[in-house]
Amino acid sequence: MSSRSLYAIAPHLSRAECEAITKRVLGFSTADECRVSVNSGMRQNTRFAVNQISTAGDDYNATVTIRSVIGKKVASVTVNRLDDASLRAAVDNSERIARLAPEDPELLPELGPQAYRDSIVWSDATASLEPEARAAAVRAISDPARKAGLISTGYLEANAGSQAVANNKGLFAYSRSTSSAFTTTVRTADGTGSGWAGASDNDFQRIDPRLLGERAIEKARQSVNPVAIEPGRYTVILEPTAVANLLQSITGSLNARSADEGRSFFSKAGGGNKLGEKVVDERVTLVSDPLDPRVPANTFGGDGMPNDKVTWIENGVVKTLAYDRFWAQKSNKAPVSAAGTLAMLGGTSSMEEMIASTERGILVTRFWYIRGVDPRTILSTGLTRDGTFLIENGKVTRPVKNLRYNDSPIFMLNNLLMMGRPERVSASEAGGPGQPIIVPALKARDFNFTSTSDAI
Amino acid sequence: MTDRREFLRTTGAAAAALAIASAPRRAGAAPAYDDLDRFRSGASKELLLDAINAAKMAGASYADCRIARFQQNFVVTREQQIINVVDTDTLGCGVRALVDGCWGFAATRDLTRAAVTGAAGEAVAIAKANRIARDRAVTLAPTQAFPNATWKSDFRTDPFEVPLEQKVDLLLKANAEALKVPGVKFVNSILFFVKQERQFASTEGSVIDQTLVRSWPLFSATAVAPDFSDFQTRQAAEAAPMGRGFEYVLQCDLVGNARKWGEQAAEKLKAKPVEVGKYDLVLAPSNLWLTIHESIGHPTELDRALGYEANYAGTSFIAPPEEKLGKLKYGQPLMNIQGDRSQPGALSTIGYDDDGVKPDEFLIVKDGIFNDYQTTREQAPWLADWYAKQGKPVRSHGCSYADNWGSVAFQRMPNVSLLPANDNATWDDLVAGVDNGIAIIGDGSFSIDQQRYNAQFGGQVCYEIRGGKIAGMLKDVAYQIRTPDFWNSMDKIGGKASYELGGSFFDGKGQPGQSNAVSHGAPPARFRQVNVINTGRKA
Repeated sequence: MSSRSLYAIAPHLSRAECEAITKRVLGFSTADECRVSVNSGMRQNTRFAVNQISTAGDDYNATVTIRSVIGKKVASVTVNRLDDASLRAAVDNSERIARLAPEDPELLPELGPQAYRDSIVWSDATASLEPEARAAAVRAISDPARKAGLISTGYLEANAGSQAVANNKGLFAYSRSTSSAFTTTVRTADGTGSGWAGASDNDFQRIDPRLLGERAIEKARQSVNPVAIEPGRYTVILEPTAVANLLQSITGSLNARSADEGRSFFSKAGGGNKLGEKVVDERVTLVSDPLDPRVPANTFGGDGMPNDKVTWIENGVVKTLAYDRFWAQKSNKAPVSAAGTLAMLGGTSSMEEMIASTERGILVTRFWYIRGVDPRTILSTGLTRDGTFLIENGKVTRPVKNLRYNDSPIFMLNNLLMMGRPERVSASEAGGPGQPIIVPALKARDFNFTSTSDAI
Repeated sequence: MTDRREFLRTTGAAAAALAIASAPRRAGAAPAYDDLDRFRSGASKELLLDAINAAKMAGASYADCRIARFQQNFVVTREQQIINVVDTDTLGCGVRALVDGCWGFAATRDLTRAAVTGAAGEAVAIAKANRIARDRAVTLAPTQAFPNATWKSDFRTDPFEVPLEQKVDLLLKANAEALKVPGVKFVNSILFFVKQERQFASTEGSVIDQTLVRSWPLFSATAVAPDFSDFQTRQAAEAAPMGRGFEYVLQCDLVGNARKWGEQAAEKLKAKPVEVGKYDLVLAPSNLWLTIHESIGHPTELDRALGYEANYAGTSFIAPPEEKLGKLKYGQPLMNIQGDRSQPGALSTIGYDDDGVKPDEFLIVKDGIFNDYQTTREQAPWLADWYAKQGKPVRSHGCSYADNWGSVAFQRMPNVSLLPANDNATWDDLVAGVDNGIAIIGDGSFSIDQQRYNAQFGGQVCYEIRGGKIAGMLKDVAYQIRTPDFWNSMDKIGGKASYELGGSFFDGKGQPGQSNAVSHGAPPARFRQVNVINTGRKA
């Protein structure tokens, strides 16, 4: 029997509790402006390695961040003690530090009350995923792996929490959210093959552990004893996870200020930014929509600004860059929050069609240890991992040794050949829920591999 | 026994609501239930013992409890303005329990007796739930008990006591110096401080109280070409994060160095793009620390070698242990790599680890040969055969660490350092022996595969070496290595006077991901015929 069957609600703070806390804090405040943010929740996790659970734990926390403004001076203090004495001390502390700070010339007044759409990021199933259910999910992978003589490793994380923000201008926003991820790496006992599968969703019920296990086991078997190929430019077929691994680095660059300042890929030669310019293949459209049921997100940001749907790139053309409130005012634009989620529109090609149409190319399961190399082109480096295969004459012929790439998602999206249907993936390197992201598999030419690796 | 429901009730919304509803305002003497006062007075040690006793009563064969306060302070500036001043301060309790050879862990921010014993019950319940997926029972290497131990890191000025004005003034003055350089348009600088007060008790009989401070000044200057065709950034990698106080920040002399860093950013705009090829490299400690971290620090973690981190950080090319210990030729005999948690001012330095073990100093690589792995109490018994052959007892090297009260402890990297040569060799001596090469200062972009074979590293400033002398600046330089080949190509290293510490606040490992802070000491070192690529592609 579930140890949590009599207690269905996860220990995050309710709307009423957040209202009470923020009201109390605002009551203590003597600052010109005060913003209070409350974050609370439970992180539940189970790890397994060598076909058995290694560590598992639940941790609960609740933090209150108080941002006080005195004139044009501002400071923030975060505490996780909710009694009056502690909250009052934190308010006093934030005001004391704010008084000592120099003036912030970019400071804007707090927002007044805003209208928010209800967020759709909550799942009861995720919030009530007890240790027994997590252990059972692990066995859905470790049992078949053990039977097959393989070694499974993996990680399951399920989070449930609430976020609230309020200020002394009457703004109040509250939402609760869940997130989960389950990833697994299955290796052969002799270490000559390795396969990965993973998924992320705010609703854990939409993740099928058995299916993940089957995929990772299959890849582990297929990847045994890879051969080395010469590094160079290759046609690649990237599975959706690999696409997401690369695209994530674009998100941070979609910023108007750094572009206008001349220190971004989105800077225009001679000054200004690339808004309105075509930068990638015309089939590429990138969107963030907090109410997209496939990749939902909170409907408000940290300062209480409502999050709306944003189209960043449409048919290859830069449509929107993020503007913080200061830069928006300075540029006479509406503020736009940075991308919280990312959805790339896809095409209709199946993986089979992409492979069948490839004379010689490389199929990539995912990339790893991706780090920016040149911000002028968003060029990054990283390596393939856990399932890299050679395609010859329309067929996957053999596993190849992992390869290091040095390339930019911008170059890759200019070299686009085919696109599949979008799938939500787990693209965080650490295997946690990460940024909600849904992208298609795609085929691109001339992807730049610069060296091989002996790593399996 | 407190059951799971009780744990959730007492630690969750109900407890929070109770605290809000009933807590009176602070007046005069601190109220007895104020968690912070209780922690400061040492009264929370009773809670430590309550928690481990509760775990034991519930069936744990071993349990430990950490109650800790974690503080951070950030001061963030750009150009001549403040961006942010942030203080964070959290307090909480984490309990780890071993039942029938399975681990369970639970953590709460609520420091009442009911909550911490509830967390203990929850940790035991999770451990029991995990038994259905167990093959091999966890056993712990023996350790000495430390019933009343205290330790404090090596700092003179507590950065949390330094007035904000002084921190801001320092940053804005440094920014102003860099902005005097023609072409330098942007400067970002940050002071980042950490203070951890960690109390620990275990069923082995240890009760340990430790305080540590870490400081990190970050500085970067960006130069933009007048026609917006290029931009280049110089990060002050030499101002490494350190386990020291504000006195270290002053020592870094940001104001005195800022102009030089700004000039180097501007010079990078005009630097010659590197030609692809094989070069001899002379690497400064400010660059080499990260290469040591990635290509020696990580692959010599025993959990990685045995597959425990395969799903994220990866495994290791140094496996299986019985085929590598005492056999793998990591480098030439001049190469000695030490693991320790004792170098004053280093980030991983601590009196007792999160297993309650007093860490020792050990040679990971001895005279070029791989000699030992990093271990915890759970891991040391896995190497019992090797230690028996060496005539050494089975004992943990003290590498257990949790990055927060809410995180479970596991094996993390100690300070892993390349020991200097016994002679007085200098940077110039290394350069003098290079006919056609590149000197690299500061760490840049970095990436390495999941078994730590293939890595790529950039730098902050790179210079051509011609005929034994530093020539002009190069840009778009990155070196690609295959770990054993690279270290075996190291033919000369600097002496003691040239040894410096570099390090990271954010060494990631584990799921959920945890950040370890770790230092790596090194003298400058010379490597022969390393593959260099040009990263400045246009399309």
